[in-house]
Amino acid sequence: MPEILDQARTQVLENGVGLDEAGVLAVLNLPDEHVPAALQLAHEVRMRWCGPEVEVEGIVSLKTGGCPEDCHFCSQSGLFTSPVRSVWLDIPALVEAAKQTAATGATEFCIVAAVRGPDARLMKQLREGVDAIRAEVDIQVAASLGMLTQEQVDELVEMGVHRYNHNLETCRSYFPNVVTTHSWEERWETLTMVRASGMEVCCGGILGLGETVEQRAEFAAQLAALDPHEVPLNFLNPRPGTPLADRPVVEGRDALRAIAAFRLAMPRTILRYAGGRELTLGDLGTRDGLLGGINAVIVGNYLTTLGRPATDDLKLLDDLKMPVKALSATL
Amino acid sequence: MTELVEPAAGPPRPRDAGAPVGPGGAPCWCDRCGESVAAGPHEACAAARALEPPRWCASCRRRMKVQVLPSGWSAVCVEHGEIRG
Repeated sequence: MPEILDQARTQVLENGVGLDEAGVLAVLNLPDEHVPAALQLAHEVRMRWCGPEVEVEGIVSLKTGGCPEDCHFCSQSGLFTSPVRSVWLDIPALVEAAKQTAATGATEFCIVAAVRGPDARLMKQLREGVDAIRAEVDIQVAASLGMLTQEQVDELVEMGVHRYNHNLETCRSYFPNVVTTHSWEERWETLTMVRASGMEVCCGGILGLGETVEQRAEFAAQLAALDPHEVPLNFLNPRPGTPLADRPVVEGRDALRAIAAFRLAMPRTILRYAGGRELTLGDLGTRDGLLGGINAVIVGNYLTTLGRPATDDLKLLDDLKMPVKALSATL
Repeated sequence: MTELVEPAAGPPRPRDAGAPVGPGGAPCWCDRCGESVAAGPHEACAAARALEPPRWCASCRRRMKVQVLPSGWSAVCVEHGEIRG
């Protein structure tokens, strides 16, 4: 057994203290033959510190495309020659999407907008949407609207948004290679305000942007320092027209290493499968990740791309005897 | 179902805007990459489409306004109307 896994068994599994950056790097560098042991340990850590429940979430894009930012992975930037056009979702369709999500057993519904930060029109649309959903659908509402002012944070709390997503996307040292229109530190400031407000913090990123393994470890350590309630883990799905369109997808084995490593860095967080898993891991890999530290999934489609049918994921959870977290457990 | 807003950058000029689909109702344009169907087999596009909605109108090559929802999608061509999946 590699030394790092022995260390993690004591430090993380028994004592609940996550691995530091050097420890995460050691896991990310494990030879292939030790990856199953790392996944098994990460699964034990998840079961010990989080339990068997899996949190299910659906997401929808309230405002698609036309974003002024240049996140190099994103097909919704108005600065690239992406085929994605601007569209706003109206309130009845938003409520219908929330109903579809709740029907899967999901407890979370995240409303997302492709913006630098929300303007008055978007905040008004969100308020109307949240009110309409809360009147008709039994589900927790989360939001992802880019960078916020303190006033906007306060407004979201007052609306009843219980969790705010704002991904750091990648580690601090690599971020300028991915985004040039705003800084990692600006994102961190929004996350700090969200945390102070009492809203739950959802913050993750994307693997496969061209970062090194060392930078992947740096990212895990920076997320652990933030200590978010939830970490959505995406794997790059290279989008036509973006600067990263020709990047290779993450190898399945490397994705599984990362899942185990991130779990061992953050034993108590909700570690969620997000975009790109279908491409990177396929069905078998998805199962391996759920048995390797993942304890939450986005079901159904994403913002501009499609996911597995929700029924496929729910059947997999049933096969694995992993109960879907009930709404009562999230309140 | 959606309020449709013009994009900041306009779509490429359609090569045969408003033209019908090809003989026998076959599409003229790949709905994933927007290139001519006749130009190649578009096997990679077909594979990618399993996890993507269409982006280009197969009849006229207009860029469509697409809304992805948790359990489906809709795509609107201003000339040829809406399709859903």
